[in-house]
Amino acid sequence: MPFIPHTDDDTQEMLEAIGVKSIDELFDEIPAELMIESLDGIPAAMSEMEITRLMRERAAMDGAPLCFIGAGAYEHHIPQAVWDIATRGEYYSAYTPYQAEASQGTLQTIYEYQSMITELTGLDVSNASLYDGASGLAEAALMAVRSNRKAKSRQVLLTPGVSPTYAKVATAIAGSQGLTFDYLPMDTSTGKLRPDALDDNADPVAVVIQQPTFLGTLEDVDRITDWAHARGAVVIAIANPTSLAVLKAPGHWGEQGADIACGDGQPLGVPLSSGGPYFGYMTCKEKHVRQMPGRIIGRTVDLEGKQGFTLTLQAREQHIRRSKATSNICTNQGLMVTAATIYMSLLGSDGLTAVASQSASNTVRLVGGLTSIDGIERLFDGPAFHEVALKFDRPVAPVLEALAARDILGGYDLSEDYPDLGDALLVCATETKTEADIDAYVEAMREVIASSLAQSA
Amino acid sequence: MDNYLDKLIFEKSRAGRRAFAQAPDVAAELDIPETFMRSDRPRLPEASELQVVRHFTRLSQKNFSIDTQFYPLGSCTMKYNPRACNSLALLPGFAGRHPLGPVSHGQGFLTCMYELQEMLKEVTGMQGVSLTPMAGAQGELTGVAMIMAYHKARGDHERNEIIVPDAAHGTNPATATMLGCVAKEIPTGPDGDVDVEALKAEVSEKTAGIMLTNPSTLGVFERDIIEVDDIVRDAGGLLYYDGANLNAILGKVRPGDMGFDVIHMNLHKTFSTPHGGGGPGSGAVGVAERLLPFLPVPIVGKQEVDGETVYDWLTEKDVPQTIGRLSGFMGNAGVLLRAYVYMRLVGRDGMQRIAEYATLNANYLQARLRDAGFELAFPDRRASHEFIVTLKHEAKEYQLTAMDLAKALLDYNFHAPTTYFPLLVPECLLIEPTETESKETLDNFVNAMIDIVKRAREDGESFKEAPFDTPVRRLDDVRAARQLDVRYDPDTGDAT
Repeated sequence: MPFIPHTDDDTQEMLEAIGVKSIDELFDEIPAELMIESLDGIPAAMSEMEITRLMRERAAMDGAPLCFIGAGAYEHHIPQAVWDIATRGEYYSAYTPYQAEASQGTLQTIYEYQSMITELTGLDVSNASLYDGASGLAEAALMAVRSNRKAKSRQVLLTPGVSPTYAKVATAIAGSQGLTFDYLPMDTSTGKLRPDALDDNADPVAVVIQQPTFLGTLEDVDRITDWAHARGAVVIAIANPTSLAVLKAPGHWGEQGADIACGDGQPLGVPLSSGGPYFGYMTCKEKHVRQMPGRIIGRTVDLEGKQGFTLTLQAREQHIRRSKATSNICTNQGLMVTAATIYMSLLGSDGLTAVASQSASNTVRLVGGLTSIDGIERLFDGPAFHEVALKFDRPVAPVLEALAARDILGGYDLSEDYPDLGDALLVCATETKTEADIDAYVEAMREVIASSLAQSA
Repeated sequence: MDNYLDKLIFEKSRAGRRAFAQAPDVAAELDIPETFMRSDRPRLPEASELQVVRHFTRLSQKNFSIDTQFYPLGSCTMKYNPRACNSLALLPGFAGRHPLGPVSHGQGFLTCMYELQEMLKEVTGMQGVSLTPMAGAQGELTGVAMIMAYHKARGDHERNEIIVPDAAHGTNPATATMLGCVAKEIPTGPDGDVDVEALKAEVSEKTAGIMLTNPSTLGVFERDIIEVDDIVRDAGGLLYYDGANLNAILGKVRPGDMGFDVIHMNLHKTFSTPHGGGGPGSGAVGVAERLLPFLPVPIVGKQEVDGETVYDWLTEKDVPQTIGRLSGFMGNAGVLLRAYVYMRLVGRDGMQRIAEYATLNANYLQARLRDAGFELAFPDRRASHEFIVTLKHEAKEYQLTAMDLAKALLDYNFHAPTTYFPLLVPECLLIEPTETESKETLDNFVNAMIDIVKRAREDGESFKEAPFDTPVRRLDDVRAARQLDVRYDPDTGDAT
């Protein structure tokens, strides 16, 4: 019996202690007509040896392509120590630290995480994580509404660089409370906010600014932040945490700084893993802390005066406040936060800066190579971080398919999310790519483009 | 007391130190204008690789965990997490796969996900499954959002009340609020079942649905479930099954057969993916036929192309009435892989054994504690896979509260059960042993419980200051909330 330790004698003794004849008898409060005999649709058990073989075969089917896709999830080197330690049973198989005295490892780790992520974002307070960046935006918007009681509006304005998926997720989660998420217009020549878009008549409850933008460009975050604050709106920043090693921290945007920052923590040591588990980070100015969703860890002392860590401000949370809680979130993404904390400790500020810089530089090299090919050019001028949008003279999908056949994942096809941009591709080369990798991609692209001349517009 | 090893990683930091093997050596110059750049250098720790490894390894050792202790935390199903589930989910082909990679480079992963959907349909008796919700609470949000979408699609805009028994997890009423609904709490009868008369009085043309946890958080199976179903259904409401306690009924009864419209499962409980110190979880949902059009996307689909089976994504185009997307990609994919491996390891018969032995362990522990003089909250009921002990007499007679007993247990090297939940039982301990614990462990736990009460009763010992042997003693929670210290300032060493 996999994972069940009972011997026949154990079972017998236990049944006697209970005073029943069989295990079946223990289910006698369930209406008999509801009981089923068996789960015919479930396959029979496999041994660990058998499932290992099956999973190895399946993992091999997915291969190890050279990946130049970013678009919200980034391939970075993950130090071996990160997951070696995070999957130690003491971290891996513990739960929410309700019993603080028996959970100091998890609690101190999260406190250290909170200290690091507030440092990167330039804000005062962090929670212990949300599910991911996209759902984090929904929580941030709901938090902004609670914080901004004076506002009558329920309109959340998004700069055009906010991830289209984030907007969809925020609408799905927060839409039923009457929030609307509306994009400000994009200048399709710069990939940024249209300069005349900051209308003095706008009355949003919150303004969301993503930096770097989904398209890799850099917005004038200071100007937009100040404009939003002048309208009485809460400013929500979305930022890739790797970029914050070098780019201006949201807490320092404009005159007053963003009020809330959120985003996906995946780049900090979390494997791509088909989209999860990642974690959403969220930080804010101290004045908003009581509206923050999720767990928060505080440092305190024990009855001998020794430093210790504990869940705090729990009166915001669903297990205390029930229908009046700041969110329904309970379980978050604790293990991913543990990994990110180890990752940030190993890299430090210089290491993270090196990762950010090398990624940006690799992307520049890649873009230089690709735009040397006839029919491919940069979509936007201006500075970029580690992702760049390219314009093609033909549909992108067949090109990507031809590259995939050569085990190169060439980037993210923008045509569905941004029909106005025409045939466009978003490419990303992180520090994991060597010059040889980049050159191989450029060469493959050159051949694909040459072989599909007939398809060009 | 001022032990170097106990210091924060920031306090071990030295300027110029770092794990040099872990980042590119020569950083390229960034070609980004000054105005976008930060002027301050982030004060992350600067430490060697060994320092970091030692620091976090040592921190981990300050945790209780399933791998190191009995962890009978009620309603959390803290069972053994097989190591193979983790290592196989982290095989390079899975761990390295980009979520936006083409299906040509994802057939292995997608095959697993499709089969997982099918297996979850089978264990719940439902017609469709979406794997995207990232935790139980997000599964709840998904389920109630689908219920609301169903009513709206029929032009029924008045239904905005969600009925929730008072024993429910806080996530149930909080979920209703998040979706703009009103949570209506109904009481529980003295035997632990829903108060059917109160339910009858509460339903109306405003009832959108009921969220029912079954077996409930009181550790008992809702015996009147068919009547509860009929009352809500006759009022036009839909039935939501909170599958937090699915472990207790796996392969015995199925929510779909019981007439429920939607269920969320906590895969991190029933299917043993790691709890990770607070997540990640996974809150996959199953639905009956009438909610199929509203399932969140993406879903894994299967089609035949030129005689070959190809798995791909079903999106908004395929499910036009979907409630939408709840995560950036497809939810906690790596958690789903772990659950998939677990389900294949236990298989068809193993799933029924899970329910059987979880129930056996709970009833055995309940019987032993009752025989030892502990008062059960529902003495006339079978335990499902968990049960409640109330210490109201111990608290009154020898000042031994549920909190004190929980803390005292830590000194016996047992994690405490869930305390003070459900809220309606005074001084309660919600105890869930799970099927993976041996009789010896349960007996040792009973002995510890007996010993603590004996020390309080016969020796007049106080446990107000317990625990004594843990890395820290009882913590000052009031100070934590009043003098908020939630981040370390590397320059001053102070709270900010």
